[in-house]
Amino acid sequence: MTDTTAPIAAPPRAEGQADTDQPRSRQQPPPTEKIAVLRWMKENLFASPGNTLLTIILGAALIYWVPAFIKWGFIDAIWYTPDPEVCRQSDGACWAVVAEKHRPMLFGLYPYEEHWRLVVALAVYLGSFTITLIRRFWHWQILVPLWTVAIAVISTMLWGGVFGLTFVETSQWGGLPLTMVLFSGTVVLGFPIAILLALGRRSHLPLIKATSVTIIESLRGVPLITILFVAVNVFPLALPDGLEFDKLVRVMVGMAIFFACYQAEVIRGGLQAIPRGQYEAAESLGLSYWQMTTRIILPQALRIALPGIMNHIIAALKNTSFVLIIGLFDILTATTAVMQDPLWRRWFVEAYLFVAAVYFFFCYVLSKYSQQVERWLSEGRRF
Amino acid sequence: MTVAHEANIDIKKGSSSLLHNLAFRGVAYQVLLAAAIVLLAYLLYQNVNANLEKQRIATGFDFLNETSGFDIGETLIEYDSEDSYGRALLVGIMNTLSVAACGIVLATILGTIMGIARVSRNWLASILASGYVEICRNVPVVLHVIFWASVIRNLPSPKQALSPMEGVFLANRGFIFPVPEPNPAYTWVWVALAAGLVLAFGFNYWAQKHREKTGKYIATLWPCMGIVIGLPLAAWLVQGAPLVWSVPELKGFNFRGGASLTPEFIALLIGITFYTGAFIAEIVRAGIQSVPVGQIEASRALGIRRGFIMRYITFPQALRVIVPPTTSQYLSLTKNSSLGVLIGYPDLVNVGNTTLNQTGQAVEAIAVMMAVYLGISLTISLGMNIYNRIVAIKER
Repeated sequence: MTDTTAPIAAPPRAEGQADTDQPRSRQQPPPTEKIAVLRWMKENLFASPGNTLLTIILGAALIYWVPAFIKWGFIDAIWYTPDPEVCRQSDGACWAVVAEKHRPMLFGLYPYEEHWRLVVALAVYLGSFTITLIRRFWHWQILVPLWTVAIAVISTMLWGGVFGLTFVETSQWGGLPLTMVLFSGTVVLGFPIAILLALGRRSHLPLIKATSVTIIESLRGVPLITILFVAVNVFPLALPDGLEFDKLVRVMVGMAIFFACYQAEVIRGGLQAIPRGQYEAAESLGLSYWQMTTRIILPQALRIALPGIMNHIIAALKNTSFVLIIGLFDILTATTAVMQDPLWRRWFVEAYLFVAAVYFFFCYVLSKYSQQVERWLSEGRRF
Repeated sequence: MTVAHEANIDIKKGSSSLLHNLAFRGVAYQVLLAAAIVLLAYLLYQNVNANLEKQRIATGFDFLNETSGFDIGETLIEYDSEDSYGRALLVGIMNTLSVAACGIVLATILGTIMGIARVSRNWLASILASGYVEICRNVPVVLHVIFWASVIRNLPSPKQALSPMEGVFLANRGFIFPVPEPNPAYTWVWVALAAGLVLAFGFNYWAQKHREKTGKYIATLWPCMGIVIGLPLAAWLVQGAPLVWSVPELKGFNFRGGASLTPEFIALLIGITFYTGAFIAEIVRAGIQSVPVGQIEASRALGIRRGFIMRYITFPQALRVIVPPTTSQYLSLTKNSSLGVLIGYPDLVNVGNTTLNQTGQAVEAIAVMMAVYLGISLTISLGMNIYNRIVAIKER
């Protein structure tokens, strides 16, 4: 309808407008057009009266707050002092609390003399992680040996007990390394479970489907805290005598299953987006269920579901902070414990801002990276 | 080639051997799964029972009727330490619901404002909103809650309380503000408010039907606001406009009079609102951007007013995209309200945890918590599904 009416109605009006408008617009010089900045400001800040008012209000707030913040955070700030008295004399931020307490904050209860081991472990972890993120290194021949070595080095450093390193129990692990261990453990353990749950939910066999649905929906309906309570309080009761699992392992398994339930729903979304023809073609080639699933369906489904998958991986990183409730010393718990120190307690804002910055850095990098991967994967694909 | 070849053999075999019969294998897998589940459940049950007996911990839900013996700082219903565990848990449930309900309302408002600001033509508003979204959603909600709890705990004591307005105080005891003294006349004001809301909805509904039938637009915003505000106001004036303020005053070490929000409630509310608000802002932004530009251009070509375009063209279409993911944000906000246990807000998990520690009945206490959260989650999803059905595309 619109296609047929538009050309008939449009031309006369356009001509009429052109006749009257053009001479006048030639007489008026376009003043703001000449200066790009002014034009940009007119379009983006003062487009309408309401917009102008908003700009003025927000601008005034910024002019009031930003200099005050810079004065507090940078100009008047105390960057380093072992003496809390110095901070007390100043009006600015006391970043010295981070400088003074960074070791218990970053490494928790780990024996003080052995902190260098955690530095090595963190460096190896972050190094391998960075290499894994680079597309050029996406080959099994590179990644498998890399992570085998990395995991060997990291666990040697964390546990010790060999090569003359003193043994350190997992209950003493803490800080940023513990956050990393929890995060990686959750994702690595949880992802295969997620795939199985997602496939189970799509299964034609009623009992398998019902089991998957029950697990996914009931765990998604409860808070992570209750699952951690189960891992800490109930799980030991359910084991036979003499069999015990480390608290860290129990918590990690709980978090992995919780992560898997959310991830399974995202993967199911990807599975649902695969056209029927793909299944039929695979079956007509005589592929078995697992051949079809691992070679044809999953690669496509995971690619489609990638943004959601990355979101939940980032959420898994943030969720590691829930261990504060059950007393594992991740970076946030360690900081909260450090802030009990009466000498330095006043500057909790600075300490928490530092921890927030650490989390922000990793989450932000991961989310930007996931956008980049989406671009890579969509190269050459236009559907 | 080899794959096809092998498959051929498979098919041939399949006709002879039971093992290669797909239907048989399906049944076999399910029988195996069922057996595994039953066995696992039996083993777990056995172990739990044996361990509980050894530790001399009672089982069953009888503890719900026993005296709890602990006090709760913040209750919506009457409760003291003489009451039962069951009642204590009920207090916890009500506290969870109240903080979650406030959080949902505030996060929706904050998220909608920030989401609209992000797509606004105003550059300043859009970068400020992006800054808020990026900072708040990339920091764990646990840190949000802990941070605000510390901030409020470190506010000045009641003696040096911050007082932004006469009678309003902000101190480490919470947020204290004046309220009108209770008066029997207010019952009628509430009744009038309820009547006003019903009338306003009715009027709105009628105006919409009228518009759909005749194409004539009837302004509803001002009449509706008039009814909702005017009726209670009239009820209040008719009864002689009784108004005595109960203004908080500093007596000794604390405030008397007025009403207050506890520090824990405020901290938890601010924390979960800021965190979830950032996610809702992203959802709102995506929803608005999902409406094709052609729709807006077409409405402009038809000469529809700007405000009308937002209300009748953009928003209804954006809602279809916004509602389903917002539901899961509401659910996650409700579940995150369990972080009250960290800062001493007596929510369900906090009360449940105390119960667990006092009775030692971990299995039952955690089962109660999980069941309640499941119930809340299912109720919210049900409600939002109904709402979603209202705003979803009507295919005729």
